[in-house]
Amino acid sequence: MNLDPRPSVIEERLKGARRIIAVTGWKGGIGKSVTACTLALLLAKKGYKTGLFDLDFAGASDHLILGARGLFPKEEKGLEPPVFEGVSFMSVAFFSENRAVPLRGANVSDAIIELLAITRWGALDFLVLDMPPGINDAALDVMRFARKAEVLAVTTPSVLAHDVLSRSIELYKKLHVPVIGVVENMSPPRARGMRAGPGLKKGADAYLRFDAGLEGALGRPAALLKTAFASDLAMAAERLDIFAAEIC
Amino acid sequence: MHEWALAESVIKSVVEHASAEKLKKLKEAGVVFGELQAIDGEIFSFALEELRRQFPAAKACKFKIIKQPAAFRCKACGHEFPLKGLRKTKDEAEFIHFVPEMAHTFLKCPACKSPDFEIAAGRGVSVSYIKGEK
Repeated sequence: MNLDPRPSVIEERLKGARRIIAVTGWKGGIGKSVTACTLALLLAKKGYKTGLFDLDFAGASDHLILGARGLFPKEEKGLEPPVFEGVSFMSVAFFSENRAVPLRGANVSDAIIELLAITRWGALDFLVLDMPPGINDAALDVMRFARKAEVLAVTTPSVLAHDVLSRSIELYKKLHVPVIGVVENMSPPRARGMRAGPGLKKGADAYLRFDAGLEGALGRPAALLKTAFASDLAMAAERLDIFAAEIC
Repeated sequence: MHEWALAESVIKSVVEHASAEKLKKLKEAGVVFGELQAIDGEIFSFALEELRRQFPAAKACKFKIIKQPAAFRCKACGHEFPLKGLRKTKDEAEFIHFVPEMAHTFLKCPACKSPDFEIAAGRGVSVSYIKGEK
């Protein structure tokens, strides 16, 4: 017998989160992590108890987007995520000293299971998961363990991103994972607040304008929340009923 | 006290396994401590004792700790090597303690310096056997 005991407690660890939003994207560089971080900040600003878990181990960047420095979880019958800008935040970056984490697929999966098993989130209105890109062992494991996760899919105007996205949505249907909606990032300015219509590709529920000022706001949560990107994402969250949840 | 969370996973999985196997009385379980994760046995055993109250089915279960040496196999050059002799700072050892996969960030194959190695044995905590009466 070689029984892995860790999965037995993961459901218990995630039990306190009323909603789990898995921010996914199937292409690199489409703004998945910025969307996850900004959504977490927007939720915290609205008064929701919010957690953010950076599960993109190979390319962990949420700590850079938030500007979260000098943080480390507290040991208390497991690990309690540090709170930054009102967001309980967990990342592999706490354990890597910002160095490369060269992991093969099975190792990523093992590390994610370890952190899911030992992290004590407590009571949360929302837990935002910044998912590993694409679909692989790690992404499938997260979906397996975070059973109540709902997907918020991020794409870009590129036909390539849209095509990959439509295939991913099919897969989520097969896995019985609910999809809250699709947001198209880096959209042309005219797309603001519009549903798919003339000149816009179908398949997105909300559009986030390309924002040249976004890069300069990275690492500064207050500035990030003032960007056109954050304003569009707030509108998208409103439209997708994410902000309709009661505060616990 | 991060050991507490792992002890909880051990006792819960042992109780669940016993229930699935229809064991009426849990007598003994083997708990493997992989050398790489450097679990503090004293804290872990204390946590197990405290957790028995939450898991009455494990009230009389003896948890036998089995220490397993870590063994690595380099995927780049095939070299097999132990943990002993690999250099790491106190902080790096602490990070590996929390997430053993961090070994790939801080440790290297002593022969070719590659971080692309397999943790062949002794990674972390697992359960090797469960004994009970049906």
